[in-house]
Amino acid sequence: MSELLAVENLGKKFGGFVALDGINLSVRKGERLGLIGPNGSGKSTFVNCICGTLRNETGSVRFEGALLDGKIAHQRTRIGLARSFQLPRPFMTMSVADNLRIPLLYTVNARSGPRITSGDAAARTHELLALVGLEAKALHRPSDLTQIEMRKLELARAIATEPKLLIADEAMAGLSQSEIDDILKLLMQLNERGITVILIEHIMSAVMSFSQRLVVFVSGRKIADGVPTDVMRDPDVVRAYLG
Amino acid sequence: MKTWTFFLAGLAVGALTFGAARLTGNDYVFFAGYVVLQSVVLATAWNILGGYTGYVNFGSSAFFAVGAYTTVFFYKTFPMPVPLLVLCGGVVSGIIGLGMGYLTLRLRGAFFAIATIALLVVLQTLIVNWTYVGGSRGAYIIRPQSVPLLGSYIQYLFLIMLTLAVVAVTCARLIERSQLGFGFAAIRDDEMAAEASGVPTLKLKLIATTISGAFMGMAGAPFPYYISYLQPSSAFVLDYSVNAIAMSMIGGTSTWLGPVIGALLLGTLQQVASVTASPAVNLLIVGLLLIFFVIVAPNGIVGLAQSLRARMRR
Ligand SMILES: Nc1ncnc2c1ncn2[C@@H]1O[C@H](COP(=O)(O)OP(=O)(O)OP(=O)(O)O)[C@@H](O)[C@H]1O
Ligand SMILES: [Mg+2]
Repeated sequence: MSELLAVENLGKKFGGFVALDGINLSVRKGERLGLIGPNGSGKSTFVNCICGTLRNETGSVRFEGALLDGKIAHQRTRIGLARSFQLPRPFMTMSVADNLRIPLLYTVNARSGPRITSGDAAARTHELLALVGLEAKALHRPSDLTQIEMRKLELARAIATEPKLLIADEAMAGLSQSEIDDILKLLMQLNERGITVILIEHIMSAVMSFSQRLVVFVSGRKIADGVPTDVMRDPDVVRAYLG
Repeated sequence: MKTWTFFLAGLAVGALTFGAARLTGNDYVFFAGYVVLQSVVLATAWNILGGYTGYVNFGSSAFFAVGAYTTVFFYKTFPMPVPLLVLCGGVVSGIIGLGMGYLTLRLRGAFFAIATIALLVVLQTLIVNWTYVGGSRGAYIIRPQSVPLLGSYIQYLFLIMLTLAVVAVTCARLIERSQLGFGFAAIRDDEMAAEASGVPTLKLKLIATTISGAFMGMAGAPFPYYISYLQPSSAFVLDYSVNAIAMSMIGGTSTWLGPVIGALLLGTLQQVASVTASPAVNLLIVGLLLIFFVIVAPNGIVGLAQSLRARMRR
């Protein structure tokens, strides 16, 4: 399998605080990668640097072999990098359905290929909402949604961009077991369609059942990377993360 | 309604307004109506940036003044009919809007607002020191006594401003319903999420500052002919900036209708007040209404009507 994402020596500081310290990571096409680490270990910062929301100070990110330096966030989304925000950031003055229209109009339609007409867009948003179980809320404002529903909307909006790589940043926190299973099933389906997935989660059962490979961050460093069961037995991981 | 239908309907309403104003047989109606229509254009223009993308511009009067001074400049170098001057004022102010967008790309919230005030001060200083367009002493514009067909010149200016208002409102409505307006709303709601969804926020902001600035400049272009003696202090008045914001907020910033209602209401009220009371009362009215709406109906008259209608449906 070929390489989709290649991160080399990625470093990010906030003032004097080192949030990411020389991270190297390679993700293959079609892979399901789990990323775990204690609170504040730099997982979300890593996502932000990859997706162009934040600028990394050192290192480089390559996507399908192309260097992403200098590409701003929307350009990265358009080439197939999508992420959900850990704290949902819905468009508050738009309906739930319109929240999904934005990525359809501005990402999918910005690519070469058939354009989505407004009729298609309506059908497509409905489909996406059905995927995450929000059909009934299509015409509501995000302010009518529960925190958990907002997480689902956040995930649906990322999926709407039709990405090659989907990064789900704690999309499952607070969900019930059956809802977690639903989301896992959805991510599995997307993966079967060829979408590479990076799953950031604190819920270990979900991470272990989903991931083909597991990466562990502690204090901005990558301390383990490998087969999930092996990683969980690694003494460093046991000490730093589970200990 | 299709954009063309809306535009033609707007022109029809305009024609009726003009006809009704002529029936009064009183030129004062045109003098006052001109100012109200100018407010409609300014508020609509302000709202394209401030209401749709959420970037609060305090420099409306600078764009207005740039339009007015573009007219003065051409009056001296290359005289043209007023409709062409309106286009020129729009182009120059649009370019200034684009420049402002570039310079303030990374500024948000209060910082953006302060930068627009800075722009106002800088442009005013430039004009005050530019003697060719009159400098601090001002410039006289001799307007023809009458025009063919219409008769009095003020009716001609009124008609121009009326047409401009219809064009500006149609354009605002078109933007609101297009993909562009959708992108603007995404920027207003959450710029970071907009980028993550593929919205080119910087480009869209530049489009908004340009269009908004252009319409403000167009509103200012006929102004020298209206007052016949233009001073920096009569064009660069903060009143235009404050009014544009207040009218949009009172009417409601999320739709094209809000600024129109706000401008018609407040503009008319101000005209009545300036006849029956003093200019100071004018400002008082604006202030009190603004406070009232910010507290009682933060989404303006349109927002209030929408929520009432929603409640009745339940
Ligand atoms: N914009 C910022 N400014 C300053 N410090 C920040 C900023 N964003 C994150 N940090 C700090 O960087 C560190 C890493 O944060 P990050 O959000 O990446 O952790 P995380 O691994 O995602 O944690 P969690 O599991 O709680 O989501 C934290 O100590 C955080 O306080
Ligand atoms: Mg995080």
